[in-house]
Amino acid sequence: MSFWQDPVNVIGEWIRSFLAGFLPEAWVTFLYTLLSVVIVASFGLIIVIFLIWLERKIAARFQDRLGPNRAGPFGLLQTFADMVKLVTKEDVIPEKADRLAFNIAPILSVVAVLLIWAVIPFASGWIGTDLNVGVLYIAAVGSFGILSVLMAGWSSNNKYALLGAFRAVAQLISYEVPMLITLMVPVLLARSMGMMEMVQDQDLWFIVLAPVSGLIFMVSSIAEIGRTPFDLLEAESEIVAGYHTEYTGMKFGMFFAAEFLHAFTIGVLFAILFLGGWRGPGAEEYRVLGVVYLMLKGLFGYFIVMWVRSTLPRIRIDHMLSFNWKFLTPLALTLLILTALVEKIFEGSAWRVPALLIGNVVVLVISFLIVRVVSRRTAKERVTFKKRPEARPA
Amino acid sequence: MTAEQAIFLFISFVILFSGYLMVTRANLVHSALFLVVALFGVAVIFVLLDAGFLAVVQVLVYIGAIAILMIFAVMLTRGNATEEQESVNTGYGWALLLSSLFAFALIVMLGQWQEIDALAPALSAERDTIVELGTALVSPDGYVIPFEVASVMLLAALIGALVVARPQKKGK
Amino acid sequence: MQNTWLFIGIFIAIAAVFPLLPIVVARFVAPHKPNPIKLETYECGMETVGDTWVQFKVQYYIYALVFLIFDIETVFLFPWAVAFDALPLFAVVEGILFILILVGGLLYAWRTGALEWS
Repeated sequence: MSFWQDPVNVIGEWIRSFLAGFLPEAWVTFLYTLLSVVIVASFGLIIVIFLIWLERKIAARFQDRLGPNRAGPFGLLQTFADMVKLVTKEDVIPEKADRLAFNIAPILSVVAVLLIWAVIPFASGWIGTDLNVGVLYIAAVGSFGILSVLMAGWSSNNKYALLGAFRAVAQLISYEVPMLITLMVPVLLARSMGMMEMVQDQDLWFIVLAPVSGLIFMVSSIAEIGRTPFDLLEAESEIVAGYHTEYTGMKFGMFFAAEFLHAFTIGVLFAILFLGGWRGPGAEEYRVLGVVYLMLKGLFGYFIVMWVRSTLPRIRIDHMLSFNWKFLTPLALTLLILTALVEKIFEGSAWRVPALLIGNVVVLVISFLIVRVVSRRTAKERVTFKKRPEARPA
Repeated sequence: MTAEQAIFLFISFVILFSGYLMVTRANLVHSALFLVVALFGVAVIFVLLDAGFLAVVQVLVYIGAIAILMIFAVMLTRGNATEEQESVNTGYGWALLLSSLFAFALIVMLGQWQEIDALAPALSAERDTIVELGTALVSPDGYVIPFEVASVMLLAALIGALVVARPQKKGK
Repeated sequence: MQNTWLFIGIFIAIAAVFPLLPIVVARFVAPHKPNPIKLETYECGMETVGDTWVQFKVQYYIYALVFLIFDIETVFLFPWAVAFDALPLFAVVEGILFILILVGGLLYAWRTGALEWS
């Protein structure tokens, strides 16, 4: 591949041969891997700076105002100003706080999100590392994020932080179940857990083959990142700032950055799993186009997240948890069973795509009908709770 | 000493040390966090054995679910966040004797094993281990009966735990 | 295969260093003037009464339990999904049977009210 078609691999090969000139093989591998790690991790962090600005601008526009526009042209330097402000704030550690856990929690939070970027396929052949268990790896590093929430809440030695942490973890683990189940649907369709193969198998985007599963994945991911309508975790008016009440300065900045990066990361994951990833016209020959397509689709996913955030009010925790366990999980399991059956019965035939699509729509319609019938029945029960004397015509 | 052996030694030391810290810390939440470190070390050992799937499953299930369950149990029942407990077992003499005997027996047995310096054989790259695992799990002359029994066992665990943990609704 | 995981290993190390840098910078740049009032736990401006503890609510534990069961279930199903091409319809039905047994468990939890937040 010529340089303009595949710059990353060409430069990589050049660096490897340069290093192999004066170092033994093991060191070459180590240094090359170190260099690629630094590049991928820095990409993730630099994106955060842009994302915070984008989020504030778009949230502002949804609310019919301008957003930051003073620091630099169009307010682009606003994030730098915020970072400088957070760095200069005093780092207050409550006196009875558990030092080790208190300090590790924000770092663990950032690590959990950054680790996802190691397996994201930017273009054909451009990936941090192509694990053959990429999809499950992404679910696994989410558990570090959950652990960091628990550590933050507990080590602050603050009732409200602890309570907030428990509720946050209850929400996070509940919504991980439909997320795992809907993660299995693209794995089923692509017959592989590797991220590269997942994208390469999407001649037809998986959102067409499993639209409702994609929807459930998006909803449970929004709950996983703690965004409205699921942002009980930081409901300022209710439990102060939840599990990160006692954090100040840059440690709070780390939680803040991790949350934004996580929101964009699931936009990118949604793009990879359901919207075809880096695929698009010309993406195989000119690899840079692949990155462009992926970022555009990821930004689209991120835009959906922000749109939902600006539109819907916050849900109460019991509604949220019953929505998860009584609606999303059975629906996700039904869709998995449906996809498995249809894939096997219509294997290789032309009816596969319409059968899957129609099956998805039918399941969605039936589930909505069931919900409507059930809610009418329970509403009626509540209204006829107490008999009151009424004036009736004789 | 290859890099693989060096990493193995380091990780084994980490696991054993965090295991030791886990049982000796007086603060139970600290113990739970050291348990997490030990479980993560086990995941690294799975990676060294070319079992990437099992490593990821270890993190996802053990650290993501079981450790969190334990931390919940500890935090909810301990109450006071700074409460600490004496953690010396009075029967430690017997435990010391039995574990020394066991360690001695293991060392003698392993010392007589000829291939103790051999490296683990590398799996050939053509074998797709996950597909083999999946086929083995559901093929009738594979492990399909244990597979289905596992789901029944999970069902039993779920129902049993719910019965035990169910809040008392009547009579209060 | 181990080179792919070496990337992850180094990534964990670097990803742990990256957030440390601003925090270390903040340590030098930020003021550090602790006084007892600042170091108290925050409770909307009021003083805390009693130790920090949370009322034992078994509901948290039950959610974690049900999550654990479903977590293990999905872990069993991932190899089944990956090996889909090599499986006959019978094997697919076996996998669906696996799912249905645990749906039964979910239904049990639902009907006995274990999933209510109260």
